[in-house]
Amino acid sequence: MVELQGIPVSPGVAIGPALVLDSDGYRISRTLIAADKADEEYARLRSAIDAVAEQIEANRLETSAAAGDETGDIFSAQMQMLNDPRLNGELRRRITSDLHAADYAVNRVLRNYALALRRLENPLLAERAEDVLDIEKQLLLQLGAFAEQPLSDLTEPVVILSHNLSPSETANLDRRYVQGFCTEVGGSGGHTAIVAKGLELPAVVGIGTFLDSVVNGTRVIVDGDRGKIILDPDEDTLASYQQRIEQSHSLSARLAELRDLPAETADGTRIRLSANIEFPHETGSCLERGADGIGLYRTEFLYLASSEEPSEEDHYEAYSQVVSEMNGRPVVIRTLDLGADKMGHRPLAEQEYNPFLGLRSIRLSLRNLDLFRPQLRAILRAATHGDIRVMFPLITTIGELRQARMLLTVVARDLKDEGIPHRADIPVGMMVEVPAAVVMLEHFVQEVDFLSIGTNDLAQYTLAVDRSNEYVADLYQSSDPAVLRLIQKCVEVADDWGRPLAVCGEMSSIPGRALLLVGLGVRNLSVPPLALSRIKKAIRSVSINQCKDIAERVMTLDSAKDVDVYLLDRLGVLVPELVVT
Amino acid sequence: MNNNLPTRTVTVRNPQGLHARPADLLVRMASAHQSNILIGRDGELVDCKSILSLLTLGAAQGTVLTVSADGEDADEALAAIEELFEAGFDDTNELPGTESTLDG
Repeated sequence: MVELQGIPVSPGVAIGPALVLDSDGYRISRTLIAADKADEEYARLRSAIDAVAEQIEANRLETSAAAGDETGDIFSAQMQMLNDPRLNGELRRRITSDLHAADYAVNRVLRNYALALRRLENPLLAERAEDVLDIEKQLLLQLGAFAEQPLSDLTEPVVILSHNLSPSETANLDRRYVQGFCTEVGGSGGHTAIVAKGLELPAVVGIGTFLDSVVNGTRVIVDGDRGKIILDPDEDTLASYQQRIEQSHSLSARLAELRDLPAETADGTRIRLSANIEFPHETGSCLERGADGIGLYRTEFLYLASSEEPSEEDHYEAYSQVVSEMNGRPVVIRTLDLGADKMGHRPLAEQEYNPFLGLRSIRLSLRNLDLFRPQLRAILRAATHGDIRVMFPLITTIGELRQARMLLTVVARDLKDEGIPHRADIPVGMMVEVPAAVVMLEHFVQEVDFLSIGTNDLAQYTLAVDRSNEYVADLYQSSDPAVLRLIQKCVEVADDWGRPLAVCGEMSSIPGRALLLVGLGVRNLSVPPLALSRIKKAIRSVSINQCKDIAERVMTLDSAKDVDVYLLDRLGVLVPELVVT
Repeated sequence: MNNNLPTRTVTVRNPQGLHARPADLLVRMASAHQSNILIGRDGELVDCKSILSLLTLGAAQGTVLTVSADGEDADEALAAIEELFEAGFDDTNELPGTESTLDG
């Protein structure tokens, strides 16, 4: 039995046989070789190229025989690429002069060519990028950099163990069989974590290097509550975890009884408790748990989960489905938050050194109107089916907000001119997730109908921590006093101007922190569907004065650790059922 | 670059531009000559024997390209390449004066 500690990102316990993914697919790490090994490494590459050439030739003959020479010619172009003198020269230089490992050189050089082809905005040539990537993959397979991913044809329950999983890989996991997953890298605020929660898959990330020592089929326990994984557990451990799974089922059953009761404190302060979703199918689990609405619909997952770029109709259908199923409850749609760790189908930004400080979110939308317009049109059209509100993410300057609002007006006018049914008067809000926006909030608040604090990004930008970087992930705490002071200021400004303020980050889904937010004056919380019952339970177990006392005490503390220790202690006293032991 | 090199100007005539198949033919033609051959637009000249470089030129129909060659068979190479462009890379596998690097 081996026990490993990581970062818990999606609660629950999963038990099953391990399926080890040898690598994260394509992200090959930067590996250098010793100078005296360069010739050997280059020879290794040469034999990989020869092997791939044989494979391509076999593919060509086979395909030509089956589908005609025209189709087989695809592979003659691939062969030409594989034999490309520039390509080979560059690979050779990287290995023999820059001392790159062969797989790293292959990865860099071919990725660059693929990127260059995609950037040409010529669909025919962009498709050739796929050939380049195909060659890359075959070379990497030959070099032993990773093995074929067996994810698509699962037939029995498994726990996925991987170096990393991207948000889209996670979204595409076959939930019939995948019980949970663990990764070597990753942090608590990453989008993979958000998707895992959305899918209700127990998950632990940031475990560090451990895959070398695991074989497929080893029994694994994923403890998504405490961030532990246990390989090859002994009988006692296994029994105690099986018992926990049963207990949690019975706790869920008890929490489910809260469904039709309002989220209000014991002394009657009503909190609007909404849900964060990524996919339309999640509305079912929101309603089952009695959500007051959708507080954050992350629309970029429409991009991440599909192999083709969604059209205006795709947007419209998804939004219409959500708002119809929510049956009169408000649905807050956040416009595309692509960029940084969430990339769509086309390269939208050049390789950036600091993607989280780069062209992402509203910045990227405003620069790619052909992407943004169809979404805005779809939102206004879907608004004819119910209470839809729109909010813009990552607003940093007043100019961005005005530009986005103006575009919304233009789009509404277009729809009117075209005679397409829509609503032009939907409430417009902004996400408060950049410290600059908090500092200037008195100005922003006058130009919006509502505010929503995204604590994940707000914490990341306030604390200067990349939330997906496991080396510094421990510094990333939404309970940091600096973050709390910014939230406090938002509440004051929103109250002064009479604008509704919600908190929709991960922070509101942690019971102790949710009580703190209520104590600070927040009256709208939005949490992942899975957390709805727990947060409602917490709110219904306390009085508003107890929350205010919590907030008052917390605002005297000077570190995230002290805040969390204090919150856990209060939770233990006020709502002991929710304390994970 | 030596300014006295023999140089020609060619126009991409086929509707789909310099995509994979024409580029494949062009590389085979260039590779059948020992001259160094560069092709491209102003300031962006690439190796005509590199299919990846040719594709990344992204030359659409109507694009005017400059070709220059340096070597003993430079003039023949340029003539052959010009002919290929003139013919719009018509769908024939017959390449005058070249051996296919793939079929052999």
